[in-house]
Amino acid sequence: MGKSKSAYSEPGKLGKLENHIIVVWVDNEAGVLARVAGLFSGRGYNIESLAVAEVDKKKHISRITIVTSGTPQVIEQIKLQLRKLIPVHKVADFKSNDQKILFKELALIKIVSSKKNREKARKVCKKYNSIILDKSKNSFVIQVTALRRDIDKLIETLGPLGLVSASRTGAVAMTRGSEIFK
Amino acid sequence: MGKLFSGAEIVFKVLEHHKVEHIFGYPGGAVLPIYDELKNHKTIKHILARHEQGAGHAAEGYARSSGKPGVMLVTSGPGATNAVTALTDAYMDSVPIVCISGQVPTHLIGTDAFQECDTTGITRPCTKHNWLVKDVKDLARVINLAFEVATTGRPGPVLVDIPKDIQFKKTKFVLKSKNKKKLNGKVNDKVSINEVDQVINLMKKSSKPVFYTGGGVINSGPEASKLLRELVSLTGFPITSTLQGLGAYPGDDPLFLGMLGMHGTYEANNAMYNCDLMINIGARFDDRITGKVDEFSPKSKKIHVDIDPSSIGKNIKVDLAIVSDVESFLKTLNKRFKEKNKDFLNSNKSNISTWWKDIDKWRQKKSLNYKNSKEVIKPQYAVQRLYELSKDKDVYITTEVGQHQMWAAQHYKFNKPNRWMTSGGLGTMGYGLPAAVGVQVANPGKLVIDIAGEASVLMTMQEMSTAVQYKLPIKIFILNNQYMGMVRQWQELLHEKNYSESYTAALPNFVKLAEAYGCIGIQAKKPDELDEKIKEMINVNKPVIFDCLVDPMENCFPMIPSGKPHNQMLLGPEDEKEEVSDEGKTLV
Repeated sequence: MGKSKSAYSEPGKLGKLENHIIVVWVDNEAGVLARVAGLFSGRGYNIESLAVAEVDKKKHISRITIVTSGTPQVIEQIKLQLRKLIPVHKVADFKSNDQKILFKELALIKIVSSKKNREKARKVCKKYNSIILDKSKNSFVIQVTALRRDIDKLIETLGPLGLVSASRTGAVAMTRGSEIFK
Repeated sequence: MGKLFSGAEIVFKVLEHHKVEHIFGYPGGAVLPIYDELKNHKTIKHILARHEQGAGHAAEGYARSSGKPGVMLVTSGPGATNAVTALTDAYMDSVPIVCISGQVPTHLIGTDAFQECDTTGITRPCTKHNWLVKDVKDLARVINLAFEVATTGRPGPVLVDIPKDIQFKKTKFVLKSKNKKKLNGKVNDKVSINEVDQVINLMKKSSKPVFYTGGGVINSGPEASKLLRELVSLTGFPITSTLQGLGAYPGDDPLFLGMLGMHGTYEANNAMYNCDLMINIGARFDDRITGKVDEFSPKSKKIHVDIDPSSIGKNIKVDLAIVSDVESFLKTLNKRFKEKNKDFLNSNKSNISTWWKDIDKWRQKKSLNYKNSKEVIKPQYAVQRLYELSKDKDVYITTEVGQHQMWAAQHYKFNKPNRWMTSGGLGTMGYGLPAAVGVQVANPGKLVIDIAGEASVLMTMQEMSTAVQYKLPIKIFILNNQYMGMVRQWQELLHEKNYSESYTAALPNFVKLAEAYGCIGIQAKKPDELDEKIKEMINVNKPVIFDCLVDPMENCFPMIPSGKPHNQMLLGPEDEKEEVSDEGKTLV
């Protein structure tokens, strides 16, 4: 016999990993998030970030945005498997570098530091649509919206300037122009 | 003000609406109101299993042999967890099951109440969908929808969890006549003429075609099998089948190459490897079929017809994907084929004659042959004799999982769909006996045989009691080799004959066990007494446990060893020796 010591075949060649954003419209019912998340964990797919909220109050439709990575075959499977779930209405898939799509993440960041460092921190945040939400004698809470990697960078920069806490959402996505995803 | 019905009454009203005649179940605290209601519904017969797993497999056997959904009823907690194996089995093999489970009252959910478990949480990955009904007004709609989900598209199990207080609560009974909501577009069986024409073009260009058919043909209904037979006879192409597809095409027909895959025939696997056109109808490129994916059928164009879009491209990339129910696909294809290609069979004969010569050459290997013995019963011989002595009847065969299952698939020839019930995807030991119970319930008066192994059958042996209670004359034909044979075979091939824990010491005396259950026990030890004893088994109108003592060291051949492509099969013990000595060389 060959080297294989198993009743299963050995893994074949792995394809190249791609980053994708999957958007899923679902009935907002009990357990629906567990179904979607369970599908990912059960079949060994990645979830890098996840954002969910109801977007249609009348029809109780929630929109789930999942950032994931996988080979083209895996991405295709993710979409097909998601479409099989009963509460799923439609599934959209975008490459993370797709120019036609807007992606945004939101972060709340708390800075506690000296006046000088706080000034510096505010400046750094400026280009990320920053809004000061709360201020005190020696701190502020700032909201920024940007791409994931920009927020990563920002957090790194803010570290020495007094960042004590960061809270982030998963990415949400929207097509540019007048078109919507059917 | 309309009449009010309790949740328990509503359960039965929906079951009656779906013309359910049998439910398989086991009572318990959290389903008592439903059990109490049973007496008022004479058209529905409850079959009391001895374990919820048994109820589940019985429902599977019922569904697979009748084409109707199987219904099971279990209590909360352990009742539900015991059902999980059967639900997972049904999920893997696409069997429509509606499981109704009791749950603790809504106000106790989440408090770790007695016999509480998170049933919908536990069964989420092993059902197509499940529901926890918290409002009795939803109950009728949900159970109705459950039937629809279980039986449409790719069939599968569903579960409805009903808390005990909901079973008592009263409401009006409203059932929308025939719910035709499209399930979010999850049912698709529209085949376009364009797709069918592409298939026909590929068929015309091919000089080495092969049909590779699977359980999807069976699930599509008996008409699909008829259409498949017609298509094969129109084309003269060779056909092979997966384990689950056996019976869709006659097993004794000359165009049939036998089963393919890990323990498939030499001719079927070589045809798959060497073909230039593979037409997959209702099969899913399972890993027991493909072997090494990178080297799977390297030279072929592949067509894949499947009702489940996620089955297409999951394991194997294909050239033409058609999402469709098999019957509607074949109906369109056959019609178009006959219109466009008059006398294709004869005009195309020379085109595929070399291909048939290749196949005949592979057939000469007679890969299912084995060395028979006069001293000891060979398991293959036992299955062959069973086939010969029962083939004039309309026989339903179930199996457990292991060597005996493969020998049954290889040596028992099926001519009709829905006659072969085996656990393929999940590989559930203990499936066959309770499945036989369900098959016999659905098919009274027919001969139902579970070809079993002694290790598997002990996992669900308690269901003999069910068979006796309901006078179901199932035959449990045990190929007793005292080993978990397939485990032992792998240990021989891969683990230097270290038979770690695969031998069962202290097996019961099966004849006495049969008597203890109140059925008939028969034992056969020698080849020359086999025929007579098999006849005795068939002629008894009672459940039988047949203890057939077979050669304990026999291995199941041919086989594709792990990680090998289809053209590298082991045909028998001789091949095996060569291979091992090769490995020996590399070690030195």
